Amino acid sequence: MTFFAQFYAQHSRLLDEIGINALLALSLSVSLQAGQLALAQAGFAGIAAYVSAIASMQYRWPLFASILLAVACSTLVAALLAYPVRRLRGIFLAIATVGFGEIVRVIVNNVSITGGAEGLSGIPNNVNTGIIYSGLALVALALFGLSRTKFALAVALTREDEAAARGVGVDTGMVRFASLALGGAIAGLAGALYAHAFYFLTPADFGFPRMEEILVWCVIGGVTSPIGAVAGAAFLSILPEIIRGLADFREITNGVILLAVILFAPSGLSVLWRSRRATVPRDA
Amino acid sequence: MPETLLLDRVGVRYGGVIALNAVSLTVAPGITLGLIGPNGAGKTTLINAVTGIAPLASGTITLGKHRLDGLPPHRIARAGIARTYQNIRLFGALDVRTNLAAGAFAQPGGLSNDTARTLLERAGLPDLDLDAPAAALPYGDQRRLEIARALAARPSILMLDEPAAGMNPAETARLVETIRAIAGTGVAILLIEHDMTLVRAACDHVVVLNFGEVLARGTPAEIARDPAVIEAYLGSEHVIPSKAPSGASSRDRH
Amino acid sequence: MLAQQLVNGLFLGAVYALFAVGYTLVFGVLDILNLAHAAIYMIAAFTAYSLVAHGLPIGVAFAGGTILAGTVGILLDRIAFAPLRRRNAGTLVPLISSIGAAIIIGAIARGIYGIDERHFVDGGIDSPPIHIGPVTFTAVEAIIFATAIALMLVLSYVLRATTLGRNIRAVSQDRIAAALLGVNIERTIAATFFIASALGGAAGILTGLEYNSVSIDMAGSIELKGLAVIILGGMGSITGAVIGGFVIGAVETLAVAYGLSEWRDALTFGVMFVILVARPAGIFGARALRNA
Repeated sequence: MTFFAQFYAQHSRLLDEIGINALLALSLSVSLQAGQLALAQAGFAGIAAYVSAIASMQYRWPLFASILLAVACSTLVAALLAYPVRRLRGIFLAIATVGFGEIVRVIVNNVSITGGAEGLSGIPNNVNTGIIYSGLALVALALFGLSRTKFALAVALTREDEAAARGVGVDTGMVRFASLALGGAIAGLAGALYAHAFYFLTPADFGFPRMEEILVWCVIGGVTSPIGAVAGAAFLSILPEIIRGLADFREITNGVILLAVILFAPSGLSVLWRSRRATVPRDA
Repeated sequence: MPETLLLDRVGVRYGGVIALNAVSLTVAPGITLGLIGPNGAGKTTLINAVTGIAPLASGTITLGKHRLDGLPPHRIARAGIARTYQNIRLFGALDVRTNLAAGAFAQPGGLSNDTARTLLERAGLPDLDLDAPAAALPYGDQRRLEIARALAARPSILMLDEPAAGMNPAETARLVETIRAIAGTGVAILLIEHDMTLVRAACDHVVVLNFGEVLARGTPAEIARDPAVIEAYLGSEHVIPSKAPSGASSRDRH
Repeated sequence: MLAQQLVNGLFLGAVYALFAVGYTLVFGVLDILNLAHAAIYMIAAFTAYSLVAHGLPIGVAFAGGTILAGTVGILLDRIAFAPLRRRNAGTLVPLISSIGAAIIIGAIARGIYGIDERHFVDGGIDSPPIHIGPVTFTAVEAIIFATAIALMLVLSYVLRATTLGRNIRAVSQDRIAAALLGVNIERTIAATFFIASALGGAAGILTGLEYNSVSIDMAGSIELKGLAVIILGGMGSITGAVIGGFVIGAVETLAVAYGLSEWRDALTFGVMFVILVARPAGIFGARALRNA
């Protein structure tokens, strides 16, 4: 076997995880760029994961149809969530969205169609690394395209100073709604791919600990940087492999890195590629 | 197209407190209207009412033929209202160019470098580095950048909330020229200020607010002589000079 | 029947309230949502367990665990929050910092104790039931309840009637004015963290005793519930945290009693969500929405 084939065979699961984690990180990054600490993306991903799994298993939908359905569902849920939380900011938005995530987890835990606490197993394992990275590339391309539009400016202004943004004509309500819905779509894609890549789902897969993890990736990469989100997800997904020998210290390393970034390098990894002129050093 | 801003018996209430009571005023194209009054008189509240941040309890606000009150703030901005803020609300972490592009958000297309330069010149900042982060600018430049950002919106109405705060007399004199030039292009300007030199030099008319009500109207000279206005100011730091500005003034600068 | 359920709810609620009080105290004084509060709750329980396992009486273990919790709280502030205060980092950054601290504390606990459940007394705590009318409870439950109430009363006294309490209230209202009046801000903040974390730790020890079980999972289960309590009661309001704790305790107990046990978390968070949407200030909150 060639080196690459061998490498792939050994690490395909890790590569899959990195791809999906990158998508999850991007889904949160979209909200963070708009200045919203909306911690609902794990819930969106969970909903999509279960929808696509059930569609495949019980209704025998083909893969892409079930993924599309799942993404449509998670986006719809995100759009619906945007309405009651439209006036919440900062900590209150964060808590409300965490509450939403918990409600989703409990529902999934107690409903028979999702397999309850035991989850679903035997999901058709028909998503490979190529499909995951195609999805990631698609999303990256779409986000890159958006970054060149006035919407991107609207997002940045909403994040920096919402009232002043309104004062220059930005419909900040629409920005908040769109960023949450977009996050719902991207998280949905991640969830659907997850279900078919790892063919086993439990309610715990997309609970608050997972949401915290996604937040850590984004913070380490650079809160307002989508590239940072991906970099943070990749870095922290790979790290346990590198320090595999110190297995017990994986968790504490995560915590220490997070703390170190917050205290000493608030822009995270993004400081590596941010051009000097762009910003006065700024906290999230 | 230049339009007139009309406030007709505008009332604003915060809880039980009446912040504005039946305030009427007009700002016409090319005219600079000064809005003065002791602290807490309701001046900023009036601007907030126009921009849609403070909901009206009564009265109407119209721009030309368009009714503004009740609209969300971003739509009011798009209708041609631009403002600066008492405490400067630039997008500090973003650079000068982006701040100007923000001002031009509602305009079709982007903001060319030429347009950016022109805006900065009109605001009195001809040599400003477009790539500098806004928060890193000196205070006076930040105030002017805010004005440039407001101008980027090509507004019918420009509302300036204490733009001379913290400026020395030389800077204030330059600001007068800037404001005059802007008015000369047909923009209607509403100017909140405590600095009476600026008000006298820049304003065509003045409205005096006290406790949320209109106390007096007239030219700056008429206002300075109005006994009710003088009495309202007695006991506060702001005493309107009755002399010509060439002599030493007994006035405190706020 | 209802009386029994209400008493159960009271007992459960008292410990929730004790936990929430520390949570809300830090928020009220510093505008920080300290997500490491639950980790301290857990590590205090483990500490008390260890002390008991080494033969110390439960009272000593309780004191030891509580003091340790308070100390960890002070350390937490020094390491994770004070540097952010110095650079004016806003309100969301300390939240993330607290997550980092919580991860670290959790990892330390896991390193020392592993993932298994530990028990204060193998085979269960022997405690004869007490009957009062239609209601039955054990002596241990009663002591736990009394301890929680006592601690909250002590807090109330400290805040109302001591210089420290006055300083804490001053700092929470207006830090700059308090400094101008001569209050030592950093020392007051340290004291706040000590008190809040000690109370959170006490809640952890009491919970461990209630169920005769201490495990890493304790943190996860209380962490979000505590949020619901302080949202309901109003963030920053001590009274609200107490009342919120009892209300959530009652909601959960009644949910279990009426056969909705698996759904009780959904109910709790549903209540929290509704409060946030309808009245974010909660029942007693002075802090409503932050303006954009």
